Amino acid sequence: MENLDKPLTRNIRPDRGFATLADYENTGGYQGLRKAVTELQPKEVQQWVKDSGLRGRGGAGFGTGLKWSLVPMGDADSDNPHQIRYVIVNADEMEPGTFKDRLLMEKDPHQLIEGIIITAYAVQSHIAYIFLRGEYHLSARRLETALQEARAKGYLGEHILNSEFNLEIHLHTSAGRYICGEETALINALEGKRANPRAKPPHPVVSGLWGRPTVINNVETLCNVPHIINYGVQWYKELGLSAATGTKLFGASGRVKRPGLWELPMGTPIRDILEEHAGGMQDGYKLRGFLPGGASTDFLLPEHLDVAADFDAVAKVGSRLGTGTMIILDDKTCPVQMVLNLEEFFAQESCGWCTPCRDGLPWTVTLLRDIIKGRGRMEDLDTLAGLVRMMGPGNTFCALAPGAMEPLQSALKYFREDFERYIVGNKTLLEAG
Amino acid sequence: MKELIEKQKFTGLSAAEVEEINAEISHYEDKSAVSIEALKIVQKYRGWVSDECLIAAAELLDMSPAQLEGVATFYNLIYRQPVGKTVIHYCNSVTCWMLGAEKVRQRLCEHLHVELGEMSDDGAYTVLPIVCLGACDHAPVVMVGKELCLDVIENTVSEILGR
Repeated sequence: MENLDKPLTRNIRPDRGFATLADYENTGGYQGLRKAVTELQPKEVQQWVKDSGLRGRGGAGFGTGLKWSLVPMGDADSDNPHQIRYVIVNADEMEPGTFKDRLLMEKDPHQLIEGIIITAYAVQSHIAYIFLRGEYHLSARRLETALQEARAKGYLGEHILNSEFNLEIHLHTSAGRYICGEETALINALEGKRANPRAKPPHPVVSGLWGRPTVINNVETLCNVPHIINYGVQWYKELGLSAATGTKLFGASGRVKRPGLWELPMGTPIRDILEEHAGGMQDGYKLRGFLPGGASTDFLLPEHLDVAADFDAVAKVGSRLGTGTMIILDDKTCPVQMVLNLEEFFAQESCGWCTPCRDGLPWTVTLLRDIIKGRGRMEDLDTLAGLVRMMGPGNTFCALAPGAMEPLQSALKYFREDFERYIVGNKTLLEAG
Repeated sequence: MKELIEKQKFTGLSAAEVEEINAEISHYEDKSAVSIEALKIVQKYRGWVSDECLIAAAELLDMSPAQLEGVATFYNLIYRQPVGKTVIHYCNSVTCWMLGAEKVRQRLCEHLHVELGEMSDDGAYTVLPIVCLGACDHAPVVMVGKELCLDVIENTVSEILGR
């Protein structure tokens, strides 16, 4: 029971490449699965995860147990007692600045696999897919090997651990498109189509892959599940600081002294993450702002450092916890150019399905480029603000464009002077001194 | 090199390709679900997906060529024109951008005498941009073939190409 305060990463050690099946079993691996299939009813597993307060780690923070409870479970008396249900792992990590799921898959693949099996048991699904980013070659190799080992040991396949429960897990490697991370687009991609999002409702839990009830969870989310079942709801809740529960992988990249990734209690103050764990800013650089959870989150400022890193606290100050991997803006990097880089990414990765996103994002990029090249006008800032509204929540088919607008709207608010200096002085605020 | 590849006569998908595609088909409710995997299998053997290959794969999956082309052109990692034997992807997303991705790109292209998307004269390399490779704590990063290279700076570009 060592390192119970860091359940997700306790098998990840600098002195070994990755956790083998034996390593994983030695620290209680697959005990959660054993407990689930031999002692608990599927509905009880759902309830435990609901009670644990686990929220989706892919960025949206939706209650995991709540999501599962929306799956129609059917029963022996219903018209369709053999209803097919699917579980899909969203392993399409591609949010710029995010590097947490890759670590979990490469370093401790069995933890994810156990999480998938327990999840499938909870919603009585017999086929699961891991939708893995095509670029994650090492993750693919480690997961394939781990799947074979799990089958050989009876954790996967027919009559798992001598129970009545059967499950097969297939690994699908994608071919690179950010939009595949959106869950309905992911379903289309898995069906072999262009990854355009689908209209919601119906939500995937009711009608997903080939119209079947489908649960889609992020890698890190599922990695929490074995521990919740193994060590219990109360233990899990006590891991978190503030009202939030569990632990979370937090990261920092950019000009900090020690860029990296750390498993810390949910609700750890952002200051602790950036100063204690990341070691503060590199010599000669000052903190100007940061994106708390990937490219699609609003900038925060040094004045927000004492905010707790949990979904509710970060939302309260106008941003999102997102993926929890923070991108640091230093005082020698131009925020306008940084926003341009982000918007170029979103414009490129727009699937082109709905008009505001397909046309609005390239327009945003054009305006930003013009401003940076000294061809901007003050009215352009109003146009950008208009684009933020046009691509805001509710106006587009999915969350890509609203996400793209988050760093822009907050940059316009916090770094307006930088934009204006380009327009008035034809140079960055940095050059102006 | 490019002409050489294009002139190779197409005689249908190989037995190995068909076998691998069929193995994937068994994992899904519907044949067309395998479209992306099928294109990747073809690409694994041939480096890229020619029109002939695309049509043959579409036939195998009971899809129209236009349908499969729609899929092929949607995804960043499916190549519809010849690429070098090793594709070098340099990350141009935010953290790598901040820490010098553009210099890395310049050095890569200079070193190989190519522009982005072009094949080097010997057919060995193509350089392409890619979005965040999920190693931002080691930015800038470059992926050479399937190998991730961390903490790349201008001066180490020739090193990563040497391996």
